[in-house]
Amino acid sequence: MTDMTKLDAKIPEGPIDKKWTKHKNNINLVNPANKRLIDVIVVGTGLAGSSAAASLAEMGYNVKAFCFQDSPRRAHSIAAQGGINAAKNYQNDGDSTYRLFYDTVKGGDYRSREANVHRLAEVSTNIIDQCVAQGVPFAREYGGLLDNRSFGGVQVSRTFYAKGQTGQQLLLGAYSALSRQISKGKVKLYNRHEMMDLVIVDGKARGIIARNLITGEIQRHSAHAVVLCTGGYGNVFYLSTNAMGSNVTAAWKAHRRGAFMANPCFTQIHPTCIPVSGDYQSKLTLMSESLRNDGRIWVPKKKEDAQAIRDGKLKPTQIKEEDRDYYLERRYPAFGNLVPRDVASRAAKERCDAGFGVNKTGQAVYLDFADAITRYGKTEARVQGIENPSDAKVKELGTKVVSAKYGNLFEMYEKIVDENPYETPMMIFPAVHYTMGGLWVDYNLMTTVPGCFACGEANFSDHGANRLGASALMQGLADGYFVLPYTIGGFLADDIRTGPIADDSPEFMKAESEVKERLEKLLSAKGTKPVDYFHRKLGLLMWDNCGMSRNAENLKKTIEDIRALREEFWKDVRVPGKSGETNPELEKANRVLDFLELGELMCKDALDREESCGGHFREEYQTEEGEALRDDENFKFVSAYEYTGDPGAAVLHKEELVYEAIEVKTRSYK
Amino acid sequence: MNLTLKVWRQSGPDAEGRMETYQVKDISGDMSFLEMMDVLNAQLIEKGEEPVVFDHDCREGICGMCSMYINGRPHGPKQHTTTCQLHMRSFKDGDTIHIEPWRASAFPVIKDLMVDRSSFDRVIQAGGYISVNTSGNTLDANAIPVPKDDADAAFDAATCIGCGACVAACKNASAMLFVSAKVSQLSLLPQGKVEAAERVKNMVAQMDKEGFGNCTVTGACEAECPKGISLENIARMNREYLKAQLTPGK
Ligand SMILES: Cc1cc2nc3c(=O)[nH]c(=O)nc-3n(C[C@H](O)[C@H](O)[C@H](O)COP(=O)(O)OP(=O)(O)OC[C@H]3O[C@@H](n4cnc5c(N)ncnc54)[C@H](O)[C@@H]3O)c2cc1C
Ligand code: SF4
Ligand code: FES
Repeated sequence: MTDMTKLDAKIPEGPIDKKWTKHKNNINLVNPANKRLIDVIVVGTGLAGSSAAASLAEMGYNVKAFCFQDSPRRAHSIAAQGGINAAKNYQNDGDSTYRLFYDTVKGGDYRSREANVHRLAEVSTNIIDQCVAQGVPFAREYGGLLDNRSFGGVQVSRTFYAKGQTGQQLLLGAYSALSRQISKGKVKLYNRHEMMDLVIVDGKARGIIARNLITGEIQRHSAHAVVLCTGGYGNVFYLSTNAMGSNVTAAWKAHRRGAFMANPCFTQIHPTCIPVSGDYQSKLTLMSESLRNDGRIWVPKKKEDAQAIRDGKLKPTQIKEEDRDYYLERRYPAFGNLVPRDVASRAAKERCDAGFGVNKTGQAVYLDFADAITRYGKTEARVQGIENPSDAKVKELGTKVVSAKYGNLFEMYEKIVDENPYETPMMIFPAVHYTMGGLWVDYNLMTTVPGCFACGEANFSDHGANRLGASALMQGLADGYFVLPYTIGGFLADDIRTGPIADDSPEFMKAESEVKERLEKLLSAKGTKPVDYFHRKLGLLMWDNCGMSRNAENLKKTIEDIRALREEFWKDVRVPGKSGETNPELEKANRVLDFLELGELMCKDALDREESCGGHFREEYQTEEGEALRDDENFKFVSAYEYTGDPGAAVLHKEELVYEAIEVKTRSYK
Repeated sequence: MNLTLKVWRQSGPDAEGRMETYQVKDISGDMSFLEMMDVLNAQLIEKGEEPVVFDHDCREGICGMCSMYINGRPHGPKQHTTTCQLHMRSFKDGDTIHIEPWRASAFPVIKDLMVDRSSFDRVIQAGGYISVNTSGNTLDANAIPVPKDDADAAFDAATCIGCGACVAACKNASAMLFVSAKVSQLSLLPQGKVEAAERVKNMVAQMDKEGFGNCTVTGACEAECPKGISLENIARMNREYLKAQLTPGK
């Protein structure tokens, strides 16, 4: 079903570069004395949640912050490796707010909202200033100034980084700001608590039901507004680079309560991850995109060489230069190894499907640092005044440089694969990494439920059909530090006289008992199989049919398969233990149940969208050269789904995308 | 490979614990230690028994959530490796592996192998931050150059993942390595120098209040730290602390 009612994105009037300033000047303000009368719940303490909670508390609101980990510092953002973008133009390579804006819209394959993306580019520079003031130890050059690197899909160096631990350092910065507010009593922290439902009173989001993960106690928490910063849902694929606990439950509960889910099928499959090694595998590990600055991607030119490698008869280092196919450099000379992620992933799949894969399963390509080591080694030798350095010396010096840049990633690789990537090329393969889809939000980051906001990866806003590297960290912090704290005022200004929200209204009591019923139902399903069995099955269905390439026939079948799997789940799942205790299996069961519904909606969305764009590749819609074929005439919109009782019966609403500042073109990286 | 596991089971904070023995079969060397635990848990659930509760999340050595004491060593036998990054190729067929939780009075056991480390959060809340609001009007990031060596040293200290292995490794259950890593990071940077004296005093006071033991510089913490946080940080913190004692407080 399609509903053509126009979604109001509340995009401010005026030229693109004036919208945000003007809007900020016009937002209703809540004066400091009144902020003390207002409570805000922030669910999630990743980059988006920690920064939002800290900023709201600094402004004077009373904040309750929730996370399911034992400490806010352990949110999944901690694992981000490569870097964060900002239009600082410190390298003087022609970067600007406009260029970051343009790259992001183009990178997203013209499926994101212009006004939001421009605002993101505008505030990007503030983020770096803020983080440095907080003591985030970014990489620096010898002169003491900040260093930059390049990421895919762009031709400037605008990525700030802290070795391969940028997310960790940024999150610890936001966590320190949050900790400061906790110590002042302005934020009350609920760690090891999981949001189980959103509570709506008189049409507004007024609180949540949470479960204390230690005691199992079900609690009602009220507030004037609820901000969801609960991350992405890549774990619907079971295997992904996300942390094990990352889930969709909070967003899905909001969806079931009336928040529209936008572009759910837009998933980012990251090209450089460590390949799957066996059935027992619980997660996949990313090798940061920053590696593509220096690593060259290739497979053998000859099928027989690929076969010999797979059989263990040949080593990659034995393949001669002329027998290697650097397929990204070949197909995309302008961007080479730094094409955007969707393009790089598809190209790897294409080579492996054609029989050129290089590990036992045939599902891997090489990422090779030999040239970079030699290049850096020669430069270093020159700098150190070593004349005619031996090959061994060059290698030694070059290895040092590469290690300083990516040391922790190389170590991580070696721990997992048991091979030394300084000596032999890394093996990599695409893996699920990020979800561009998420809760639909307007320009103020409010969902279609008044008073329920979404920030960070949980919303759909800025990345269209494909996110550029190092832009998620930027968006999370932009939302949390610089956007939401202002835009939320427009909603809360009406609440200064409301007084505290009661947490024992019928709406709260009903939501609470529904949560309890659901948990009891899970515990009383007397099947035989652990939750992971169903999660793995769902993951495989999604990966095979709603992953890197999709077609109508398989999607239709998969929808049926997922529905059948949901039934099987209820018949055959076994969840041990009780609700009133520490029970990780019960937590998992509750999350997987939501994934089982989300998966169906994702397939439905992928089926509805009869075009290829960004990470969404429909086999029926491609050029002769195998590039994605977008259909701007019919699909230049955001798909926003309204829940109506069954994921498959969701009603589609369309937000037409209007491009005023940027001309919509075919995306080319050739 | 086939293994015998001796695992600490404790049903709650006040319950008595005991070691239980389990067998796992057909474990591949490419599995991570936690994937091996997944195999054990799937087996227990299928038999209708309670699975072993343990903390974990990122499974790539960065969130600091996993925390197992394996064969008498926090995070097991491999240097600079968290439990989640430990692979079964470090063990051999027929081995018996002892698995226990962190042991320290400031880290009470919640259930089985899961402990409560919120004392670490409270130490950070006591001063592990720079007091700057998110106004968006801070100085330009390049306004104050920071010597690369200082920035690199601050970064090295800042890579602590807050796992608590240092405490678990220490016979006194001292948290000095963890606390000194944060104190060092911030005192090495110009932005953090302003509050350095107050910070170190408050964080040390909180650390004592949480019941962490004294440091007698045995170096066990550094040896077991998965991130290679160096003892130099403790020396730096001691200097900072002495300096702070000499500066009149507020
Ligand atoms: C391995 C890896 C590397 C990456 N590297 C980069 C990079 O270099 N640059 C870049 O820009 N991006 C990178 N990304 C993407 C980026 O890290 C994430 O998109 C971003 O950190 C998400 O932040 P967030 O604040 O939205 O959510 P998260 O950090 O995922 O936080 C979610 C929070 O919500 C809480 N939560 C969730 N559900 C509930 C619930 N029901 N109840 C209570 N709490 C809940 C969790 O406890 C957590 O605190 C990477 C991602 C991965 C997986
Ligand atoms: S200092 Fe090392 S062992 Fe201690 S908490 Fe930090 S990372 Fe863990
Ligand atoms: S699970 Fe995150 S460090 Fe081990």
